[in-house]
Amino acid sequence: MDPENQDRIRALVDEHGAGDLVVVLGAADLESLEVAAETVTMGDPAYVGPLAGVQLGLPVVHILEEDVKQQVDAGVYDEQVGLLEMTLDVDQVREAAQKFPGRDGA
Amino acid sequence: MKLDGKKIIALGERDGVPGPAIAACVTSAGAEVVFVETECFV
Repeated sequence: MDPENQDRIRALVDEHGAGDLVVVLGAADLESLEVAAETVTMGDPAYVGPLAGVQLGLPVVHILEEDVKQQVDAGVYDEQVGLLEMTLDVDQVREAAQKFPGRDGA
Repeated sequence: MKLDGKKIIALGERDGVPGPAIAACVTSAGAEVVFVETECFV
């Protein structure tokens, strides 16, 4: 994950506290998902950014997960994600999301 | 994970779902978006 984004996320946790924050990912690439989810929970796996060794423990979900989709207005979801939902490998993403660290914190 | 009332960090991806699309969705679910970004992993 971009070090600048890591810095912003750390600042947001300082500002708002980790309790009410939720990270919602949109990546379709499995490696990207894994890295992003790990970065905001266990710390930057590459040990190069501001979150290296920093365990924020933020809850992580993916916008394509059924549980998330059900909470979104159907019209908005269709307009924003509908087309992508048809072209991306949704099953693969959902399977990967089940393995996000900190999942049990939901 | 209930999104209603939560503060959302929307991390989209250029080749997946972009940040603004995530933000629009979670806002309709009653959440407040505090950060939106669309990363590019290429």
